[in-house]
Amino acid sequence: MELLEHYLSLATKSIFIENILLAYFLGMCSFLAISKKIEASIGLGFAVIFVNGVTVPLNYLIKVFLLDEGALSWVGIPALATVDLSFLAFITFIATIAGMVQLVEMLLDKFSPALYNSLGIFLPLIAVNCSILGASLFMGERGYDFGESAVFGVSSGAGFALAIVSMAAIRFKLKYSNIPDGLKGLGITMILTGLLSMAYLSFSGINL
Amino acid sequence: MEKKAKAIISDPMVDNNPITKQILGICSALAVTVKMEQAVVMSLALTFVLVCSNVIISLLRKGIPRKIRIIVQLTVIASLVILIDQILKAYLYDISKQLSVFVGLIITNCIIMGRAEAFAMQNNYKDAMYDGLGNAMGYGSILIIVSTFRELLGSGTLFNYSIIPASIYLENGGWYVNNGLMLLAPGAFIILGLIIWVQRTYTHYIED
Repeated sequence: MELLEHYLSLATKSIFIENILLAYFLGMCSFLAISKKIEASIGLGFAVIFVNGVTVPLNYLIKVFLLDEGALSWVGIPALATVDLSFLAFITFIATIAGMVQLVEMLLDKFSPALYNSLGIFLPLIAVNCSILGASLFMGERGYDFGESAVFGVSSGAGFALAIVSMAAIRFKLKYSNIPDGLKGLGITMILTGLLSMAYLSFSGINL
Repeated sequence: MEKKAKAIISDPMVDNNPITKQILGICSALAVTVKMEQAVVMSLALTFVLVCSNVIISLLRKGIPRKIRIIVQLTVIASLVILIDQILKAYLYDISKQLSVFVGLIITNCIIMGRAEAFAMQNNYKDAMYDGLGNAMGYGSILIIVSTFRELLGSGTLFNYSIIPASIYLENGGWYVNNGLMLLAPGAFIILGLIIWVQRTYTHYIED
């Protein structure tokens, strides 16, 4: 029960209080480009939840069993027991993500063409979405365990999805407003994101 | 030739700025601009990675099969980022701790992938080097402008030297209070939004 409570509070924290997009600025590029359309935003949101939920725990396993200092001791060769490969984290994480995205794409294409068609074009884009690599790097820095990484992966994806869908809804309404020429498009979107992130800041007093 | 090189370098500085016009690399522009020190180190790190990756990818461009070009580009970029991360950890440990995951996230910084894909894959290594230099300077100039505002208004310092006289602060009997919002996420979004407005009014670029 206590464990469940712990996971729930971690999920709430990473969705609302430390939203990966609005508090850590990760995934801004696709956020700004895709939030023009609501359907596309929902598609990308789900794709991020899915890929984050898979890659963060996977990268956790890679980190603990391959990269950390002394992680290779399970092999049983004494020379490997003290090897520290943690400097390779960046390149292995990004390779895992790129490979995982490719695999997910092929599996979806084979087993669920409907889902593949709706997520299709977003999956390749995700490999270079900073929120995916960012979530894996945060997992390493904050020292989450396996369960925590799985919860953190899914919920940080959910935070991204929530932010992008609400932004798409705001930009949809924005079509009818009269905006100064230079501020159209990117400028007003940045300022609106600022206001949105201010709204999320109000969660920050909550202690779970 | 000289003229062309100049044009390649100067174009991304103002007219075709990677951040305000091409919408590339926004994540780190927002995240590392609380202090000018961090912004300068980040710009230098990005300049190194961008120039080197542009040159290497441009030299390799005839040998890279089209289908796997993304993974080849990512490998080149990730290796360069590992290099710069190790250098920062060795010589500027405090700043590398403050930049935390954002050094690693240079890998997924869209400027680098974007320039590799859009420029280095089609041009010779000299032009690619100039393009990398120009875009890195365009990126760095925005980072430095944003961080100047955020550090001055948010903590009253520039490069950690106090600019605003201590006697006018409220706690010393004056009237001035630092704007804490500038240190948080919303301040970054709003300042960048306003800079985009100024830049686009100046270059007469209107997004529709």
